[in-house]
Amino acid sequence: MLSIKNLHASVDDKEILKGLNLEVKAGEVHAIMGPNGSGKSTLGNVLAGREAYEVTGGEVLLEGKDLLELSPEDRAREGVFLAFQYPVEIPGVSNINFLKTALNEIRAYKGLPPLEAREFLNRVKEKQKLVEFDAKLANRSLNEGFSGGEKKRNEIFQLAMLEPKLGILDETDSGLDIDALRIVARGVNQLRSQNNAFIVITHYQRLLEYIVPDFVHVLYKGRIVRSGTKELALELEEKGYDWIKDTVDAEGAA
Amino acid sequence: MPKERPEHQIKIMITQVSDSLYSQLIKTYGENLPSAEPRSLDEIRKQAFERFKRVGFPTVKHEDWKYTNVQPLVNQHYELDVEPSFAAIDLNNAGIPRLDAYRVVLVDGKYHAGLSDDVSDVPGLSIMPIDQAFERLCFAKYFAQFADKTDNPFVALNTAAFTSGLFIEVGKNTQLSKPVHIIHVSAARQPVFNQVRNLYVMSAFAEAEIVESFITDDAAERNLNNLVTEIMVREQAKLQHYYLQTATSQSSYLNHTEIYQEKHSLYNNYNCTFPGPAFVRNNINVRLGDSEVESHLYGITLTAGNQLVDNHTIVDHLKPHCESYEWYKNITQDTSTAVFNGKIFVRTDAQKTNAFQQNNNMLIGEKSAVYTKPQLEIFADDVKCSHGCTIGQFDNDALFYLQARGISEAQARILLVHAFAFDVTSRFANATVREYVEHLVEEGL
Repeated sequence: MLSIKNLHASVDDKEILKGLNLEVKAGEVHAIMGPNGSGKSTLGNVLAGREAYEVTGGEVLLEGKDLLELSPEDRAREGVFLAFQYPVEIPGVSNINFLKTALNEIRAYKGLPPLEAREFLNRVKEKQKLVEFDAKLANRSLNEGFSGGEKKRNEIFQLAMLEPKLGILDETDSGLDIDALRIVARGVNQLRSQNNAFIVITHYQRLLEYIVPDFVHVLYKGRIVRSGTKELALELEEKGYDWIKDTVDAEGAA
Repeated sequence: MPKERPEHQIKIMITQVSDSLYSQLIKTYGENLPSAEPRSLDEIRKQAFERFKRVGFPTVKHEDWKYTNVQPLVNQHYELDVEPSFAAIDLNNAGIPRLDAYRVVLVDGKYHAGLSDDVSDVPGLSIMPIDQAFERLCFAKYFAQFADKTDNPFVALNTAAFTSGLFIEVGKNTQLSKPVHIIHVSAARQPVFNQVRNLYVMSAFAEAEIVESFITDDAAERNLNNLVTEIMVREQAKLQHYYLQTATSQSSYLNHTEIYQEKHSLYNNYNCTFPGPAFVRNNINVRLGDSEVESHLYGITLTAGNQLVDNHTIVDHLKPHCESYEWYKNITQDTSTAVFNGKIFVRTDAQKTNAFQQNNNMLIGEKSAVYTKPQLEIFADDVKCSHGCTIGQFDNDALFYLQARGISEAQARILLVHAFAFDVTSRFANATVREYVEHLVEEGL
């Protein structure tokens, strides 16, 4: 589904991603772990198309289509969804209106008619349940005055509504207590299917107890330096990131 | 270093700059002001003309006109009084979808009976050209009693020289079931400087909505419109008053509105300006003349191109236990300029006043400009007053967030501007007008 080859990207002329390779197939969940500053969030933002992140080399294909050529909105319409680490508060834009606009623009892109009001509301109800998202919040201004946990749940609620091919969760676990974490994870697990894929970016192994990945990758200095199964995450948890840093830096020196 | 120019020389220079129109006015009206029965009006006109003659047109050296240079406007040639061309006036640009209203059409200030609804059978409502109201008791009582006390030279000129405009009286206890929709059309086929004078009287316990649209006819030459509206809101009366400025670049406006409120009355003004008219200066002054008065001033200004839109407001608390609430939002695009000047007076008598003012600005055009000046002058000691002002740019994080959900950049901008305007548009009492204004915001982006 997603093929990243030798991806280089910089922010403010500072190179963050230095030749990243990743293959994600439909039905898979990939976890990206790594110490602070390794480029985890940069990867999410580059895939979503944030302007401040400049791609200086490499390619990214989504089902064979060159993702880097597309505007952020067209990437979303092609099926990329970034759950933000810091969801933006937008007073005056109602959650529901925003979702309706987004959903219908994605549908129009695919040549589908707008969703009927009733169909839309049914879908809202169904997906709200999935992430135990309070109906009152859905009718409020987008993220305005939401707690950290509510914002993250809203991200997953949006993901459920828009049904993307590729969901990228950027540190969705940060700032969540254990109950909220469970709810978010349960939502994601119910959305997993043979037709979609997830990239779960996280600093801690904790989230991966709830969203069990097929593959775990360790990002360090802008490159994937280790790949393995979920056991790699446990090993990391046990030995700490210094273990990775030391061995990788030693390999580099040699 | 050049020496500072002595004061009198500056004055001479300024007079010369705006010489053409000024001397044209002096020559035209000097001995020959418009006159009609009753003769009592003649004296008011004469005095007003003397005031205008003395001060002339303002320059940027006047604090009230610091950011709004009228010199280029008054340095052009205009006809002072033209026969209105009533032929083929297209009102489509003023249509408010689904608004059921009594329609009144003024072409270059002149009442157009053919395009206006006949309201003679509406109980308690009188609408007529202003020159037909001269004999009315309330005309004598209120005309030139409020606006002429300000030092706006355009008001003095208007009082002296107006020949057209509208008179509206809503009778005692009358609650209008439909709004009055006044459509101001600029249509003259030659350059024209119009003096339009309106007087609206809301009698005791009356309730009404007045919606005023400003449009330019496609065939119109450039026009400068000097409008003065005096509004009397009597005891317990309520008036909802909308300005929808949607004219084109051929038109420029000096629009002075002076409101006087009596006990327990309510006046709400919703002042909306959109891309189009080259120059708009609004003066909206509300005098809260007795206790228990409530006034709300809302403004939404969306500018584009090289437009200049200047909103000057005065909220004058004269008596105790009154409440005023003012919120203006400006959104500037391209190389346009928006000016906001909001003055609140709380006079010695006005104890227990509650006054709120807020002005927020969003600069979209990198070369657009905003000048904002909130002013509070408080002479009473037991009052609650607050004012605030912000200037910001487009929130790019919010824009990206919306785009990342599949919303196009254009649509995302519309959503964000709607969100910015929400504090104001959500206060609109009339949902149909609100919808129309939100549509105009979308069109104007």
